[in-house]
Amino acid sequence: MLNSCKTFAAAIIVASTFGMAAHATDVTGAGSSFVYPVVSKWSATYAEKTGNQINYQSIGSGGGIAQIKAGTVDFGASDMPLDEATLQKFGLGQFPDVIGGIVPAFNVEGIAPGKLVLDGQVLADIYLGKITSWKDAAIAALNPGVKLPDTKITVVHRSDGSGTTFNFSDYLSKVSPEWKAKVGEGTAVQWPVGIGGKGNQGVSAYVKQIKNSIGYVEYAYALQNHIGYALMKNAAGKVVAPTIATFQAAADTADWKDAKNFNLLMTNAPGATAWPITATSWVIMYKQPRNAANAKVVMDFFKWSYEHGQQQARSLDYVPLPQSLVNQIKNYWKTDFKM
Amino acid sequence: MQVTLTRQLVRDSERRAHLDARYDRIFRGVLKFCALLVLAALLGAALSTLWGGREVLFGQGLHFLTSDAWNPVKDDYGALSPIFGTLVTSLIAIVLAVPVSFGVAMFLTEIAPTWMRGPVSSAIELLAGIPSIIYGMWGLFVFVPFMSGIEPALSATLGRIPLIGKLFQGPPLGLGLLTAGIVLAVMILPFITSVMREVFQTVPTRLKESAYALSSTRWEVLWDIVLPYTRSAVIGGIILGLGRALGETMAVTFVLGNSYNITSSLLMPGTSISSSIANEFNEAVGVHRSALIALGFLLFVVTFIVLLIARLMLHQLARREGK
Repeated sequence: MLNSCKTFAAAIIVASTFGMAAHATDVTGAGSSFVYPVVSKWSATYAEKTGNQINYQSIGSGGGIAQIKAGTVDFGASDMPLDEATLQKFGLGQFPDVIGGIVPAFNVEGIAPGKLVLDGQVLADIYLGKITSWKDAAIAALNPGVKLPDTKITVVHRSDGSGTTFNFSDYLSKVSPEWKAKVGEGTAVQWPVGIGGKGNQGVSAYVKQIKNSIGYVEYAYALQNHIGYALMKNAAGKVVAPTIATFQAAADTADWKDAKNFNLLMTNAPGATAWPITATSWVIMYKQPRNAANAKVVMDFFKWSYEHGQQQARSLDYVPLPQSLVNQIKNYWKTDFKM
Repeated sequence: MQVTLTRQLVRDSERRAHLDARYDRIFRGVLKFCALLVLAALLGAALSTLWGGREVLFGQGLHFLTSDAWNPVKDDYGALSPIFGTLVTSLIAIVLAVPVSFGVAMFLTEIAPTWMRGPVSSAIELLAGIPSIIYGMWGLFVFVPFMSGIEPALSATLGRIPLIGKLFQGPPLGLGLLTAGIVLAVMILPFITSVMREVFQTVPTRLKESAYALSSTRWEVLWDIVLPYTRSAVIGGIILGLGRALGETMAVTFVLGNSYNITSSLLMPGTSISSSIANEFNEAVGVHRSALIALGFLLFVVTFIVLLIARLMLHQLARREGK
C-alpha cells in the first residue's frame, strides 16, 4: 500500500516536471494601440508554432513607456521614440517593428476618393485655420480640372493623445515653420481649429458624417471604412498615393543608418515615391534585462515576425520593414543587448 | 415562592435590558462606521486628486483656473474651457429635462389611467438602465446627423432673435454644446421623473380631494397643493439629475466635439471636464497627467459648489414658507 503510494507520488512529480517543461514561457508587453491588431495576430500564430505566449495589452504608448520603465512588462511599444537621454538613464533600447501610413481623409461632395491632391503646406494651413474654403487658390493650384465647392472646411482631429497625432503634427512641423512655431508636435497638441474625435474610429465617423470635412486616420481605417483619402505631394515634389509600396519607399529612403537607437521619424522622407506621412512604432526593452529568458523570447518573437510575419502584416494593411532595416536591427541586438 | 419568582423575573429583565443596551451600542457603532466610511472614501478621493494634481494646482495656481489655453506641447494648461463646457451642457440638460420630467410625473400620478401607469413608469426606469456608451453611440450615429439637419433652421429662426440669437448661430456640424445638452437631458430624465413620481404619490389624498371639492382644476391642484407639499424632495431629485449631468463622461465625449474653446454659440463644439480626462488620460505623462487629475479635483469643487447653491436655495425656500 505504502509502496504504491510512493510510486503514485513519484509519477505525479515526474508528470508535473514534464508538464512544466512543455509549458512554455509567458511574456507580457504593453503600449501602442497602433500595433495591437498585428501584434495580436502574430502572437496567435507564434504561440501555435512555439508554444510561447505573447500577451500584449493595448494601453496606449504613454502607458507602455510607463510600464517598461517600472519594469512590470517584458517589452513596451510606443509610437513615439524615446530620446537618447531617457534610453541611457533607464538602460533601455528600442527598435522599429512595423510600418503604417497616415492618410488625410476627406468628405467633399463631388470629389471622388483619390481625386484630391494636397501638399504639406496646404494641409498645415488648413489645420492652422488659414485656409477655410475648399475653393481656396492654394488647393485649386494643386487640383487643376477638379471642381472644388465653395464651402467651409470642417477640420477633424484626434481628441485623445495618440501616435497618429504625433506623426501627423511632426510632418506639419517639418513642412510649415508657422505650424512648428504656433503648434509644434506631440501626441496631443493645442489645435487652432476643428473638432476632436476619439480614436481612429471617432475621426472616421466624424469625417463620414460631416460634409466638407477633412481629417487624418491610419491607412487601414480609411480603407476599412471606405473613406475618401487624398493624394499627397511629397518632399521630392511628386504626387503619390498611399499604398504599401509608397510606405515602404519612405522606410527605404529614411536615413536609418545615422539614427542612433533608431530614433528617427519617417515623415517627409526624401524618396521620389515615398509617402510623406509614414509612421512606425518602436519596441522598447531593457538592454540588460532582469528576466533574460523572457527577453530572449521577446526577441525571438520579433525576429520571427520580421521573417515570417510579413504576409499577416500586409493582410492588415501594415507594411513589413525593408530588409536593410531588419539587418540593421539584428546587428543592433548583437552589439547593444546583453543577455 | 412568589417572591423568588418575582426576583427572578426582575433579574431576567435587567439582564435583558443590559444585553439590549450592549447590542444597541454595537449596532450604532456599525452604522456609524458605515456612514463614516462614505465620508472617508469621499475625502480620500478628493485628497488624492488634490495630491495628484498638485504640480499644476499649486505650481500654476490661479493661472490654471483663469486660462483657457490647453497646450500639451508647451505644458500650459488652463481649466476654463472644460469648466465652461461642463456647466453649459449641464444647464441645458436641466432646463430641458425638468419641465418634461414634471409633465411625465404629473401625468403618471394624476391623469393617466391606472393600466397605463405601470408600463410607462417601467419604461422610464429602463431608460435609466441604458449604459451611457449606448447613449453616446446613439448620439453620434443617429442624433448628430439629425441635429445637423435642423441646425440651419435653428440659426434661421432662433438665431434672428436679438440677444439670445447669438446662442444659435454657427456651422451646422450637428455636434456641440446643444447636442450634448440634449443627450444629457434624455439621460437624466428618468432620474428626475422617478423621484418626482415617488414623492407626488406621497401627497395625502385628503388634501387633493379637498382642493377638487373646492372646484380646483387639475393644474391648480398640482401647482398649489402637490408641488408645495413635495417641493424639497422635487428639488432634491433635480439636484440628483444635475449631479449626474455634471459628471457624465462617455456620452458627452461622443457628441461634444472635444475642442478647447469658449464660444457664445451653443452650436459650436466644446469640451467638458470628464470628457477631457477620458480622452487624454491614456497618453498623458508628467505635467499633462497632473493637469488632468487637477481637472478631476475641480469637478469635485464644481459639483460641491452646485450642491451648496441648491442647499442654500432650499434653505431660503423653507424660511420664506416659515414666514
